Amino acid sequence: MKRFSGKALRWEWRDGVVELTLDRAPANEIGTAMLADLEQFAAAIKSLEADTSTCIISSAQKRGFSAGADLRELYHGAIALPEKERNAGVRDFVERSHAVANAIDAAHFVTIAAVHGVCFGGGLELALTCDVIVADKMARFAFPELRLGLIPGFGGIPRLKRDLGNAFVRDLLLTGRSVNATRAQAVGLVAQLAGEGEALKVARATAAQITKFDATTRAIAKKFLKPIPYAELKQEIEIFCELFARPAVLAALKKFVESTDAMPYLP
Amino acid sequence: MRTLDQTTQEVVDLAARHFNVAVGTLAPSDDFFKKLGIDSLQALELLSRLENHFGIELPDYEVQGVSDFRTLAERIQSRL
Repeated sequence: MKRFSGKALRWEWRDGVVELTLDRAPANEIGTAMLADLEQFAAAIKSLEADTSTCIISSAQKRGFSAGADLRELYHGAIALPEKERNAGVRDFVERSHAVANAIDAAHFVTIAAVHGVCFGGGLELALTCDVIVADKMARFAFPELRLGLIPGFGGIPRLKRDLGNAFVRDLLLTGRSVNATRAQAVGLVAQLAGEGEALKVARATAAQITKFDATTRAIAKKFLKPIPYAELKQEIEIFCELFARPAVLAALKKFVESTDAMPYLP
Repeated sequence: MRTLDQTTQEVVDLAARHFNVAVGTLAPSDDFFKKLGIDSLQALELLSRLENHFGIELPDYEVQGVSDFRTLAERIQSRL
């Protein structure tokens, strides 16, 4: 499928490059609609591989690449379920998210995340499935999950550990703080810095370079350069589900989603 | 080394420019959420703008609960 337009994203293939655009207000939160559309893309990857060199993932939303999981939907969905079914519902969502992330990670073509604004939680996990992250100078990155009693659930920790030094991984995770693009580049998370509003343009120039290379060599090199940490990813699902079952997590989510402060509650 | 007053003025100037309001309408003691009508994601934009301008890192937990320019400038001053 070379062209798709869903509720939360769209993609278009042109001259060997797929441009996938996240576009769900207010900030590309990853809930059931976004996940369903990402599953469409994951299902299309095999058919796209034959004549695609590069895929650029970017956002049409002004606020940024993605603010992460849709916590309001997660919370309201969880409390709507009887306690016994709650964890099964969350596990299903997390396993589906992992399947999508693994499919993008394993794609034979090169993937580039063109990031501006917020790239938090699940949004950062999506960016981490990509081979190259290009970031606007105003982009910010964070894994705030521990502030709500959780760990990232869409493959964030194993993929961050794959790419970066553990000291920075601990700093990011254990403080829950956000870092700017300059810092993210200094630690190796961001490959290329772009001027304000220029991330997509820089990503397109990068894609144009990648397109010149032999497809077989590119795919083999990518597989060699970027092994997928499947065992740790499975472990992450178990830890996430175990943590989510704790009442403290629902209490923290409740406090967050019901907050009317300009800065919603985060410890 | 900047004084706190200088830092505060730079914070006010940057915020005014970023959110496209007249500098003269902002005061150091203003609640920037209310005065600028911004939300948490826009506050993070301001944080990035300030970090890039001052060449510092300011962890967002250090500014959690901060809502006026003067206190924000104090937090920045401690990182300069």
